[in-house]
Amino acid sequence: MKLNDFISENKSLIGLIILMAAVSFANANFLGVDNMLNILRQTSINAVIAMGMTFVILTSGIDLSVGSILAFAGAICASLIGMDTPLVVALFATIMVGAGLGATSGVIISYFNVQPFIATLVGMTMIRGATLVYTQGRPVSTGSHDVAESFYQFGAGYIFGIPHPVILMIVIFAICWFILSQTRFGRYVYAIGGNENVARLSGINVKKVKILVYALSGALAALAGIILTARLESAQPTAGLGYELDAIAAVVLGGTSLAGGKGRVFGTIIGALIIGVLNNALNIMDVSSYYQMIAKGAVILLAVVVDSRGKANA
Amino acid sequence: MTTLLELQGIEKSFSGINVLKSVDLTIRAGRVVALAGENGAGKSTLMKIISGIYQRDAGTVFYKGHEVEFTNARESMDAGIGIIHQELNLLPDLSVAENIYLGREPTKLGKIQWDVVQRESKKYLAQLKQDIDPTTPLGKLSIAQQQMVEIAKALSLNAEVIIMDEPTDALTDIETAILFEVVDELRAQGKGLVFISHRLGEIFQMCDDIAILRDGQMVHQGAVADISEDDLIRHMVGRELSDQYPFVPAEPGDVRIEVDKLTARGAKEISFTANAGEVVGFAGLVGAGRTELAKAIFGANPIRGGSVKIDGQEISLKSPQDGVKAKIGYVTEDRKQEGLVQSQSLGSNMSLTGLDRFCNTLGIVNKTSEAVTISEYIEAFAIKTRDASTIISNLSGGNQQKVSIAKSLVPEPEVLILDEPTRGVDVGAKREIYTLINKLKAEGLCILLISSDMPELLGISDRILVLSDGKLTGSFDRDEATQENIMRCAVAGQTNG
Repeated sequence: MKLNDFISENKSLIGLIILMAAVSFANANFLGVDNMLNILRQTSINAVIAMGMTFVILTSGIDLSVGSILAFAGAICASLIGMDTPLVVALFATIMVGAGLGATSGVIISYFNVQPFIATLVGMTMIRGATLVYTQGRPVSTGSHDVAESFYQFGAGYIFGIPHPVILMIVIFAICWFILSQTRFGRYVYAIGGNENVARLSGINVKKVKILVYALSGALAALAGIILTARLESAQPTAGLGYELDAIAAVVLGGTSLAGGKGRVFGTIIGALIIGVLNNALNIMDVSSYYQMIAKGAVILLAVVVDSRGKANA
Repeated sequence: MTTLLELQGIEKSFSGINVLKSVDLTIRAGRVVALAGENGAGKSTLMKIISGIYQRDAGTVFYKGHEVEFTNARESMDAGIGIIHQELNLLPDLSVAENIYLGREPTKLGKIQWDVVQRESKKYLAQLKQDIDPTTPLGKLSIAQQQMVEIAKALSLNAEVIIMDEPTDALTDIETAILFEVVDELRAQGKGLVFISHRLGEIFQMCDDIAILRDGQMVHQGAVADISEDDLIRHMVGRELSDQYPFVPAEPGDVRIEVDKLTARGAKEISFTANAGEVVGFAGLVGAGRTELAKAIFGANPIRGGSVKIDGQEISLKSPQDGVKAKIGYVTEDRKQEGLVQSQSLGSNMSLTGLDRFCNTLGIVNKTSEAVTISEYIEAFAIKTRDASTIISNLSGGNQQKVSIAKSLVPEPEVLILDEPTRGVDVGAKREIYTLINKLKAEGLCILLISSDMPELLGISDRILVLSDGKLTGSFDRDEATQENIMRCAVAGQTNG
């Protein structure tokens, strides 16, 4: 591969490296192992959601309901743990609930021809409402017995010094990469985003693929809800507010086209890390969280402008 | 008779292809001139030049004795040339009156004078004997009424010349009769009219003069009364057959596909059979229902009645998946919108339909065997590309078409439908595609070939079926098929023998 090709295909990675270099000049503590692990752990929740979002955006859809699914799944999981449900069963059931909610959006989108933006906006509102109804607007405690202890371990533990959520993020990345690049399903996802009409006339079951894509997005949002609940040791009904936007930002920063058909899950991980590094850097530099939002928006804008200029010149 | 519009020596080329060659045409006041010709003869291009949508390369246009040069549709409209396009150019959510006065609303101090707009609209509609409330949203009207609104709009422009491109295509018999009354009325008012139609009966019924285009040349002009239907057809077709069609006779094998009384959108009770090792050509004018039939057989358009059997087994066709499963391949006429994902690679496009061939039970793609098959097709079809990773939109039309055909062959179909396989393809690639069709035929594939290029259809088909207005109107063996008898079935809607 020529250097130019490498640069144009890995703009987000290069951006991340430049960002990290700049921050490490400004603050000597930034590059420490502890801080790096901290960034990875903080990034993991957004990255897991964003990987599901990548599939959705590749089909030229959008999923606004992920933040609400995260909260709902967190509440369900906390109650199940509180009822002393075996850990594996509780986790599996929660993820299935997320997949089911996502699949419902998928069905509405494919069978009732509702635009993904509207269908998942409705999902976002209704699922958030359902979460508030279910929790009565109060945090859900996981109780304090053996299952709860092992549940906390799930969120707070380490393997070889690496936090569980980070390992989970890497495993999910490997699975998503494999699905997108090595399986028939992955090919179909790209084909649908490239041109849905062509995909349909190529004998692809477009409806089924879309439903599965939204189910995957819902399942990963639920998994993110589990991680968050385990870390906080309780489920907050308002958890995940605005997370859909961070996830979309990570996907876009990673170079995936909102028009669909083009993008990589590796880029999404980089995109999530850019957001994570930025948050962390502004924190350790004592920038107020109000300014952080402005800075984050500016970086996303900069990245997108650089990307689209590159495309126009190509 | 006053001459309203006179065209002299009009020339027009698109990307090096001469579509109009020194065309003359005269439009007189109080006369209706029919413009006839095969698909692609240049009728629409000529009309677009008159109305300023296209610019001519050479030639002159005189309008009421003065040389004119329209650079856009607005200018020709303002000068008094109204064109009613085949596809209506109206906005369904606006009212009838708003549509008629769109873009030239009369204003007073910047405020639109709606009372004037409505009163005037009503007046023009009344001239057409249409009792339509001008405040009705246009979308609520029938297609015929919408057509009338288009005509009212042309009248409101004080149009002297009115061009109607296939106005009766969407109309029922009754609506057509009303339209003809309107045409009579306009003729009596001294307007000059151009009437484009594939329906020869209408030409003889309606028109005073006729102008026939063939391959971009005006081959005949004169009074309708002086020409017979046979002569008209002969002028329309008569393209030269050449030896560029390498036909290879073959013994047809078993019956592969039986279509029985198939009814779908645009196709009515069509029955035919086709055999292995046979090329069955489908002739017809644009809109005759050939693509609709093909899509119904492939499962892409819903079937409303009748049945399709493959190898004697009736198949259920609810989606293209069913078509692919039943071993039917479909190469669409619209490569860009329906055939290939333009932004993706040659390889991923080619294997898209037949991906199952390379997948294990878990759905994991065996990229090695996929790459082998792709490079086999690239070589066999002589596709000019650096490698399989080339993005489709960077390939020429001919190479894209080859990829499209290969794509439908990867799942190893038994019936292959080719819809306009040589459209937008250069001469060399055309010949390669014909050779390819012969090779596939020799391998025992049953090929259904839709083409609007009649010499091509005659050149490579074993049998030709003709569709007109959604119905099967003719069936010819290779040795009895001629351009004349095919065109007769294509325009007349009558069944032969």
